Amino acid sequence: MNNQMPSTDDRPALITVNDLTLAFGPRVIQHDVSFQVKRGSIFAVMGGSGCGKSTLLKSMIGLLRPTGGTYKVEKDDYWAGDDASRIRIGRRFGVLFQSGALWSSMTVGENVALPMQMFTKLEAPVIRRLVELKLGLVGMLHAIDQYPSELSGGMRKRAGLARAMSLDPDILFFDEPSAGLDPITSARLDDLILNLRDGLGATIIIVSHELSSLFHIADDGIFLDAEQKTAIAHGSPTWLRDHCDDPMVHAFMHREQLDSSSSHGNG
Amino acid sequence: MNTSVNDAPQWHLQPEANRTLVTLSGDWIAQDGRVPDFPQSALKDIPPNEPVEFSTEHLGKWDTSLISFLWELMRDAREAHVELRIDTLPESAHKLLDLLPENPPQPPPPARHAFAPVAAVGQFTLDTLNEVGCVSEMGADAARGGIATALGRGMMRTVDLMSDLNAAGPAALLIVGVVNFLVGAILAFVGSVELHKFAADIYVASLVAIAMVREMSAVMTAIIMAGRTGGAYAARISTMQGNEEIDALQVFGIPVSNYLILPSVLALAFTMPLLYLYGCLIGMLGGFCVSYIMLHVSPLGYFHETLGALPLDQFTFGFIKSFVFGSFIGLTSCRIGLKAGRSAADVGIAATKAVVVGIVGVIALDAVFAVIANVIGI
Repeated sequence: MNNQMPSTDDRPALITVNDLTLAFGPRVIQHDVSFQVKRGSIFAVMGGSGCGKSTLLKSMIGLLRPTGGTYKVEKDDYWAGDDASRIRIGRRFGVLFQSGALWSSMTVGENVALPMQMFTKLEAPVIRRLVELKLGLVGMLHAIDQYPSELSGGMRKRAGLARAMSLDPDILFFDEPSAGLDPITSARLDDLILNLRDGLGATIIIVSHELSSLFHIADDGIFLDAEQKTAIAHGSPTWLRDHCDDPMVHAFMHREQLDSSSSHGNG
Repeated sequence: MNTSVNDAPQWHLQPEANRTLVTLSGDWIAQDGRVPDFPQSALKDIPPNEPVEFSTEHLGKWDTSLISFLWELMRDAREAHVELRIDTLPESAHKLLDLLPENPPQPPPPARHAFAPVAAVGQFTLDTLNEVGCVSEMGADAARGGIATALGRGMMRTVDLMSDLNAAGPAALLIVGVVNFLVGAILAFVGSVELHKFAADIYVASLVAIAMVREMSAVMTAIIMAGRTGGAYAARISTMQGNEEIDALQVFGIPVSNYLILPSVLALAFTMPLLYLYGCLIGMLGGFCVSYIMLHVSPLGYFHETLGALPLDQFTFGFIKSFVFGSFIGLTSCRIGLKAGRSAADVGIAATKAVVVGIVGVIALDAVFAVIANVIGI
């Protein structure tokens, strides 16, 4: 079956996941998931709702220990090390959570500044400048002194993105970045993600099922299936759309119902 | 991590024929803590109509600290009316700069808090009266809902009432018991010291009984419940507020007063008198233990003296008090939860406020009851 995009990319792998198995107690969410993320790529984790995309992301950012397999960032095995090594590797991560996850007792500006205050020796005016810059990049400079509760969902997400970039991480994880955003904001966010990759050389891992956005930005990815509980296809969203012949992936990429013969009739 | 030693970021301004060249070199990494400043005066000497271009041949690694520097440079250049050719920068840096707004907004002037004691007192009074009105209205709503439920037309689920009753009643028995036992014991201790001088040891029994039944049990139980259950109600309702759960109830047309507040208030109002009675008995037991061990009062004598000291209407009064305390705690803590903001910090504030208002309110109400009791002569 044609479900593996032929690799033409000779960039070194930044993240290597091997036979990762994720489970909550006895309930296996995904098993034997393997993939590589190349440095500087935008990697999409795709799949239907409830297939374990976010769970995979959780284990990659250190919130859920996998029950099997390895997860390496360059040479470092993330889950094999102790807490200190995980924190050290984790400093390279920036995470945009699904609904922003801003700290509600702080203003937007303080949210972005906190990691810099905690982890760098920068002086307050420099931090202020960098905070302004990061909020400026996501178009949120006007909200620097507002509290998260005063913001709309899309604004929270953009502020969350600015916070994820706070320490200039080289690996960014986005959980559903464009869910709940209007098309214009969503397109702007896509461009921003591309610019961040090109400008700062960040490697970006996106969990999403917004097809239009994925076709636009992602250059590699995997497709997780809820039934088989593992990755059933590897490749960029465009390649999966055009070449993958797995019925599940085909239906997903073309927004069809799985039983396509009946769905065409209903229009 | 950047464990390798990076070159210090540097910039250098150099006038050339028909243009000015800014040379950027070194590694511009924000986390290294070296973000150079750009003095605004540097652009003063550049003649107008001469563009400023960039040379980035010796530029090493860079991140947002370079963009931050360039952004500042752009602002200064605009003020000095100098043309900045940002297209001579690496394309990626150019793209990021394009995303940025031209001018950062001016922060709003800090709000002035003038010292106006009269206005503050007035505002406080109005707010308090408003709150009293709101709580009374909620109480009336809850009472109406209670009557409707009793007639079988209400919108309260029995399962909610049961779980609230369990949380406010049986689950609180241990802490109410421990506190009242100790209060009774303390009363007996204090009383025995004085009464022993008059060889009136046996009257410790009546002292403990009257103090527990008239005041201590009702007040102590109410204070415990204000901290335990009132705080929980406020936190729960304000969290629901933050998750838009209250909005969802309203949209469905499920009255918040019936569905949420009524079971909470009923649970407290019903369990509080029972807890009060339990607290009285445990308190007297505490008093008896101390008397028996320290003063060697006989069990039968203590029992007889206690019965003699307690007319039944003392209990009636205590029942009424604890019913009012329970309703008060339930209503105010629900009201505080409903009024809270929608963030995590607001949940904490609401819980704190519910406990403080509950405790202060219970003691204030108790004072009012004391006056009433004095007037009607109980």
